[in-house]
Amino acid sequence: MSETSDLPKSDPARSVGERSSATSERSAKNQIRREQFRVLYRSPGFIFGVLIVGFWVFAALWPSLLTSDGPKEFVEAGPRVKPGSEAWLGTNKTGWDVYARIIYGARPILIVAPIATAMAVIVGTMLGLVMGYYRGWADEVLSRVIEAILSIPIILMAILVVFTFGRSTPVIIGTIAVLFVPAITRTIRSAAIAESNLDYVMSAKMRGESGLFIVSREILPNVTGLVVVELTVRLGYAVFTYATLAFLGFVGSNITDADWGIDVSQNYEQIVRDIWWPSIFPAIAIASLVIGVNLIADSIDKALKS
Amino acid sequence: MTRFIIRRLLLALVTLAILLIIVTLIPNIAPGDPARKIAGGTASPERLIEVTESLGLRDSVATQLKNLSVSVFTLDFGESFSVATGEPVMSLVWSALANSAKLVILSLLVIVPVSILGGLVAAYKKDSWIDRLIVNTGLAFSAIPDFVAGVFLLAFLAVPFEFFKVQASAPPGSGPLVQIQHLLLPVIAVLMVYFGYIARITRAGTITALDSDYARTAFMRGLSTGRVFRKHIARNALQPTVAVLGTQLGYLFGGMVALEIVFAYQGVGNLIIRAVQRADYPVLRAGVLTVAIIYMLATLGADLLVAWMNPRARQTLGDN
Repeated sequence: MSETSDLPKSDPARSVGERSSATSERSAKNQIRREQFRVLYRSPGFIFGVLIVGFWVFAALWPSLLTSDGPKEFVEAGPRVKPGSEAWLGTNKTGWDVYARIIYGARPILIVAPIATAMAVIVGTMLGLVMGYYRGWADEVLSRVIEAILSIPIILMAILVVFTFGRSTPVIIGTIAVLFVPAITRTIRSAAIAESNLDYVMSAKMRGESGLFIVSREILPNVTGLVVVELTVRLGYAVFTYATLAFLGFVGSNITDADWGIDVSQNYEQIVRDIWWPSIFPAIAIASLVIGVNLIADSIDKALKS
Repeated sequence: MTRFIIRRLLLALVTLAILLIIVTLIPNIAPGDPARKIAGGTASPERLIEVTESLGLRDSVATQLKNLSVSVFTLDFGESFSVATGEPVMSLVWSALANSAKLVILSLLVIVPVSILGGLVAAYKKDSWIDRLIVNTGLAFSAIPDFVAGVFLLAFLAVPFEFFKVQASAPPGSGPLVQIQHLLLPVIAVLMVYFGYIARITRAGTITALDSDYARTAFMRGLSTGRVFRKHIARNALQPTVAVLGTQLGYLFGGMVALEIVFAYQGVGNLIIRAVQRADYPVLRAGVLTVAIIYMLATLGADLLVAWMNPRARQTLGDN
């Protein structure tokens, strides 16, 4: 991965020649990256995952293009109608169209999960890089804190935080982000430690580069692949966590809002009375989104290792 | 080995200390009056004073931390506000924990052999269709949230088959077999969530072990496949599996909150949710800490077990 980075860089004054070797190094890296993208685009898992996730993103952006009914619109068919010609995924106990609610329900989960993941990955990557490069007592203390936070199931910690801070969307996003930081930090930190022991970091140090430069311009580009994998894997977990919080009633102010997790929790008790469609279809929606994201994450991981 | 145990125990104590600090800090850094948040928006002024008093929120953070530490070591978290008013928090936690333990033990009895077998088969038949089937279904199932798996099971097993029970708690006074029958659906849901994960870890560990020189030598000596697996592969291949099982034990105890709700099972997760719904902060705090401490002990146990299985692992503590 970093074999091209081991070029001798001991010359303290960076000359023009040095810069040209840096460009050739970059083009070799681009070559590898292009090859990895080719592997990625050809993997069936990736294509399938992108199709599923793409559909839900489309639903979140333009729900009205996919359904003519609103999520809280009483349809002609009436309540508790089986899936069929009148309402093709049926209607719920209130008389709302299940299909319309699923389409509109894509939005909350696709707002919270990506924002929370992006925040967590940015903070976790920076923290992990700095901790792994500088080490020292601050790293030691933070590592123990991370271990302690990781020792509580995320869903319990989220319940505790949402309970004390309130259940607004910013709180949910912030909670998921904060709770995801430790795991990301730990992964990036150990990668940064491994990179720090390599020659190119040593030579950058000897060149007298600042710590900030080494972390951001030398180590970071070499762990980008890992960061991308973390981003997609955590996105899957964020969807998982948000759906669970919604199911448990910790999300949003109104239980009639279109939200997959809330819809499952409001309707699953009717399954035993054979009214399965108001809860099973949103459950399938949750499962499909998580599996789609995971397929993408898995294919990226495989492509990077190819 | 003794040195390793001492260092590992010290590490566990540090983790516990940090945990207590976090749990103490959360209500204190929340905006607004923590007592109002904890007692609920409609609480009377007297109630607010009572809550502030009973949680010691007027004390300094340091005193609160000290009090919480004392609570943990004396196992006394005061009385429940509202889940069961006036009852000691710990008696609620204990009975919930007993229920969780039943579910966890039964789950482990099913998950461990099934998943390890799956992993071994996948590794032995590497790159065949059965390997792909095990890895891919495992991957798909472990991605979906536990409550989604639970809801699917309700629709596809509980409704068509009388044998599977919707409620995980058996009627009081039922024998062990009836209790197990009631727990079957949540156990299957847990298996769906964990199978892929544990099978994959076992598969990876086994493939590494199968590639090793000692395994090749054993095969070349003409030993049977079963014997090579038992005598040479298992001990090395299963180390990552043991480590992972240790870390997952805590999650089994407290992370299956939504699953316990789906099947109306009175475990620790359910207790925590009831505590939240009724704004019972002492119960909530004790429940979360209990789960965290169980998790800590489980990882401790797993680490010691791995160290015992592999002397080299004893060296690596501290420079992970």
